[in-house]
Amino acid sequence: MTRNWFRRFTGIRNRGINPQGFHVSQIKFWLFLLPLAAFMILPIVFIFSNAFKPPDELYAYPPRFFVINPTLKNFVDLFSKLSKSGVPVSRYLFNSVVISLVTVAVSIFVSSMAAYALSKKRFKLKQTLFAVNTLALMFVPIAVTIPRFLVIEKLNLLDTFWVHILPVLAMPVGLFLLKQFMDGIPNEVLEAAQIDGASDLHIYWRIVLPMIRPALATIAILAFQAAWNNAESSTLYVTNESLKAFSFYISTLTSTTAGANAVAGQGVAAVAALIMFVPNLLIFIFLQSQVMSTMSHSGLK
Amino acid sequence: MQNKAAFQSWVKREGSAYGFLSMYALAFLTFIIVPVIAAFLLSFTFFDTIQFPTFIGLRNYISLLTADDVFMKYVLPNTIQFAVIVGPGGYALSFFLAWVLAQLPKIPRTVFALILYSPSMTSGVAMAVVWKTLFSGDQTGYLNSFLLGLRVIQEPIQWLQSPQYLMSIMIVVTLWSSMGIGFLAMLAGILEINPELYEAAALDGVENRWQEIFYITIPSMKPQMLFGAVMSIVGTFQAGAIGVTLSGVNPTPQYAGQLIVNHIEDYGFLRYEMGYAAAISVVLLVMVLFFTRLSNRLFAGEE
Repeated sequence: MTRNWFRRFTGIRNRGINPQGFHVSQIKFWLFLLPLAAFMILPIVFIFSNAFKPPDELYAYPPRFFVINPTLKNFVDLFSKLSKSGVPVSRYLFNSVVISLVTVAVSIFVSSMAAYALSKKRFKLKQTLFAVNTLALMFVPIAVTIPRFLVIEKLNLLDTFWVHILPVLAMPVGLFLLKQFMDGIPNEVLEAAQIDGASDLHIYWRIVLPMIRPALATIAILAFQAAWNNAESSTLYVTNESLKAFSFYISTLTSTTAGANAVAGQGVAAVAALIMFVPNLLIFIFLQSQVMSTMSHSGLK
Repeated sequence: MQNKAAFQSWVKREGSAYGFLSMYALAFLTFIIVPVIAAFLLSFTFFDTIQFPTFIGLRNYISLLTADDVFMKYVLPNTIQFAVIVGPGGYALSFFLAWVLAQLPKIPRTVFALILYSPSMTSGVAMAVVWKTLFSGDQTGYLNSFLLGLRVIQEPIQWLQSPQYLMSIMIVVTLWSSMGIGFLAMLAGILEINPELYEAAALDGVENRWQEIFYITIPSMKPQMLFGAVMSIVGTFQAGAIGVTLSGVNPTPQYAGQLIVNHIEDYGFLRYEMGYAAAISVVLLVMVLFFTRLSNRLFAGEE
């Protein structure tokens, strides 16, 4: 009995990469990872803790990291607030939700259709276009904020709902991952369907999309994060308060100008930060196994 | 007539491919290609957003290199310091952590991966709330209170407003949130490697884990290593706004946390010298390109 137990945790089977179970040789990794993970998660624990603190704990001296008497008061405060221009907070949140959902849905479509062409169709510019997209992986949107603004102005998109969505639709990383994943579908499957007389749209919709679900989940996460965290388009392209996003509203809570911070209070700001973080977290937890299987196709050759 | 027939046969052959591409291509062209070209063109002009841009040749670039004291004295050194530590540093850290995680069984590995990845899901603006509270300058700030309690410091420190600390905090905060999609790609890459390779290597005399990493692990996952490198370079330059987010002002106190991205914003949106700002943008894009080429050389050298 003891012997078996001993063999189980010291045998060769559980050594090295991707072990099946615990092994004594893993202890050093645990000893390294546990404190590091604890340190990395501190700021996130802090958001949760602060969001539930009553006022006397928020402003207590000396400050305490963990909440003692949790309360929902900060949540109530946040949602009963109006921004300086009289727009209720729930309006910003509603905008963000709609913007993010539409962005996710549209970008899944747009990217997967393009990936289908680049992976499975034959045409002259195929290699070139894929190379251009791969080059665009290096694109740093923040560098071209100004010309982007000019383009958006020329297209009369300023102060519209779509200005939140259109600029983030072309996501080179998304197309790249989808295309790499789609390359793994054997061509024979599609050829068989073609011989049966299936149209391109039918093949794309009925055969390819169901087979690339993990990659679609990954793109959904990336698009959601890009849209949900995006405060820039509200700051730069939208002046109509009721069209702005929740991520923008947070930045008004924290900006030190005009003493906004003192008025808003830490508790409300922490609740807002919590609302920004939790959807990202839940979606990732929900889809993480799909993400990992997409990532093994992510190699850049 | 013949043209028409040729066109029709082309449509039949390649039309549907372009049809599938069209929506992405349109968005890509409008919001990536056109802005990049526009930045390039504007960089040769004087443009104050009111009058039509006037062509001034290379003058923007010349004054950037010769007359812009702030750029040469603060922005460029800051950007290089920040990029060198956060880029390769964050990258090496991502790889190392991915490798360590790969040594654990599935369930703890997933939990740790989630913890390490979750900071990259936070958004800059939302986290500003947290950093401002943690690094608050008076004695009620968490870090100050902690250090005062340990008697490490005698007086509360203005972490985010003092030039000597701002850069370090920027680097720590950015590293904290740098285990993103590149990290996941590398983790997946390590797990994909055929275990028989390690067994064969052991027979061939590979003795310890370090040799294993350099002779087996890294060479077998070069594509993922390269993907991770590109992601970390882009992430590094994209993170440039962090100094302004933390300190709350642009320019940052005594330009201590001023990075090239803030410099663009300073000239573009605060001084409305769009042509000059465009020239700085072009410099930034070239820098990203250069670093990516460099990592290409490192990981795809043989081909």
